Formats: sequence, structure tokens, C-alpha cells
Amino acid sequence: MGEGIGIDKKINIKGLVCPYTFVKAKLAVEDMEVGQVLEILLDYEEASRSIPKSMEDHGQKVLKVEKINDTDWRLVIRKEKE
Amino acid sequence: MDFTEDQLQRYSRHIILPEVGGKGQRKLLKAKVFIIGAGGLGCPVGYYLAAAGVGTIGMIDNDTVELSNLQRQIAHSTKTLGMSKIDSAKATFEALNPDVKVVGIKERISKDNILDFIKDYDIVVDGSDNFPTRYLVNDACVIAKKPLVSGAILKFEGHVTTIVPGEGHCYRCLFEEMPPPGLVPSCQEAGVIGAIPGVVGSLQAIEVVKLILGKGDVLKNTLLIYDALKTTFRRIKVPKNPDCPVCGNNPTITELLDYEAGYCAVR
Ligand SMILES: [Zn+2]
Repeated sequence: MGEGIGIDKKINIKGLVCPYTFVKAKLAVEDMEVGQVLEILLDYEEASRSIPKSMEDHGQKVLKVEKINDTDWRLVIRKEKE
Repeated sequence: MDFTEDQLQRYSRHIILPEVGGKGQRKLLKAKVFIIGAGGLGCPVGYYLAAAGVGTIGMIDNDTVELSNLQRQIAHSTKTLGMSKIDSAKATFEALNPDVKVVGIKERISKDNILDFIKDYDIVVDGSDNFPTRYLVNDACVIAKKPLVSGAILKFEGHVTTIVPGEGHCYRCLFEEMPPPGLVPSCQEAGVIGAIPGVVGSLQAIEVVKLILGKGDVLKNTLLIYDALKTTFRRIKVPKNPDCPVCGNNPTITELLDYEAGYCAVR
């Protein structure tokens, strides 16, 4: 990846809409250890904005939000707290 | 325990809350709550706890559904008239949420059976409509060290309090003795606006959910009084009474009493 971020877990939530996008992302974070990094692949535009905001509200660190092609986004989140 | 896709959808509005999440929802699914009464309060409490996915709901009531119940007892219906309230409520809750196991008991609660019924449950909810039962349930929960969410309704008023044995007050710290029978109308004789038990039962259900999640502040050492005519909520401080006959330092009530004595008018 050439960006110096190790990914510990990946989820693909393409095809899902809110609130299930966040439900899946939140459950993935709950199953991780503090300090681990989650990569989320999604194609629901609203979730590319709402998931980072919600993760920050819950105390997690958003490392990256990028549009990777015409339809998809990639988010990178680090778990900061239980 | 992994959630099924149906459960993710059913509980999504819980799971996205920071105070609940998957962990909290799993606690709800594992929780066991015992509800005294399937009437005005027991119906909304059981309904919302079933909706929330509380895994095991025990419920005791010895009555059958009557037409006069339907103005407020929302788990029953015109179709279940004449059926036992337990069978009626169980069918309603299980139709709402198949994740929930309803353990129905068609008996009267008494000093001889209550400790045996509540021993396998985490939390007790009192939705009874008379003083002897309210004191029986209080004393049993203090003796068995079970958290109790107590509710009461009359006319346009509702009371809610949460008793956590060893941590806060109990019902006898608040009112040490039952009022004399002649002075208090039983709820069965008195009127009540149908939505009042809905308000009070919903408050009780939320207290139960908070106890299960271990989040927020419950009504410990506090009596909440809802006045529907004025639309006010008042919080009354209720300190634990060190001389309380059941939860005090030197309790005189160490086993359950004959609560019905002098209350023969109350069924
Ligand atoms: Zn007491």
C-alpha cells in the first residue's frame, strides 16, 4: 500500500445502506483490540461521510477516507477505545 | 455469540448507540427478567423488553382477559377475551420477537412461591396493583438481593422507583408499613387513564434496560412521580433508612410475612 498503515482487519460492506453500514463497521471495531486498524470498503456515498463522523463520535481515529473509483470508498479506522 | 442477519436488522437501532453496541445487545439477549403481573404495567414492560430482545421474560398472573382490561392492557386484545392473561401476553410478545422466550406462570404470587420463582432471574419488575403484593415483592427482592423496578399507577398519577438491594433504599424505607386497607382504594376499584400505565411501564422498561447494560443512573434512592394532569415529573429523594425493618442494619423481617392479613377485600 505504500502508506505505512498496517491493516489488521478488512470488511466489505458494498451494497449495504445506512444504518447497516455503521452496524457492520461498529461490530467489526468491537471485535478488535485497541490500536488495531480496520479497512472498510463501501459504495454508499452517505456512509463515506457518516461512518467517519460516527466513529469519531465513538472515540475512534479516522486515518483515511478515499474515493478509490467511480463507485467505491475506502475508509481506514484505528480503534482507540473499547 | 454471532448475530444473525435478521438480528442485525432487528436490533440495529440499539447496536449503533455507543451505550449499547453489539456487547450491550448480547447482554440483553442473555438477560432474564421476571415481571409480576400481566396487567396495565406488565403489558408495556413486557412488550418493550420483548422488543428489546431481552432473552427470557418470566411473567406471573392468575387472571383472564376481560373487556374492561383492554382500555389499558395493550398486550391483550378483543380476540383474547376470556383467555388467561399469561397465554395472551406470551402470544403477543413471541409474535413481536421470536428471539424471546416467555415463561408464563398462571398462579398467584405468594410468600410461599415468590423466592423460588425469582431465583433464576437477574431483575424483577413489579407491575402489581395492590399493596400486599408490593410489600411481598419488595421484601422478597431485598432478601434474595434481586434488583427490583417497582411501578404504581392511580388515576392520573404514576410512581416509579428502582431498588438495588445493598446499594440503595427499599420500598419500606419509603413507606415502612402498608396503609390501612380502608384508606386506600385498590387499583381494581379506582379509575386510571389508559396511557398512564404506558408511561410508567415504559419508564420501568428503560430502568430494566439500563440495569442490564450497566449504563446511566437508575432511580436508586429516588421516587419518580409523574402527574399527568399537570404534565410534571418530580424526583423525591429517598434515603436508605438504617432502621428499615427489611433492609436496615438490624432487620426484623428476615422471612416473608402473611401480607394478606387485613386485606381480604383485595383479590
Ligand atoms: Zn428499606
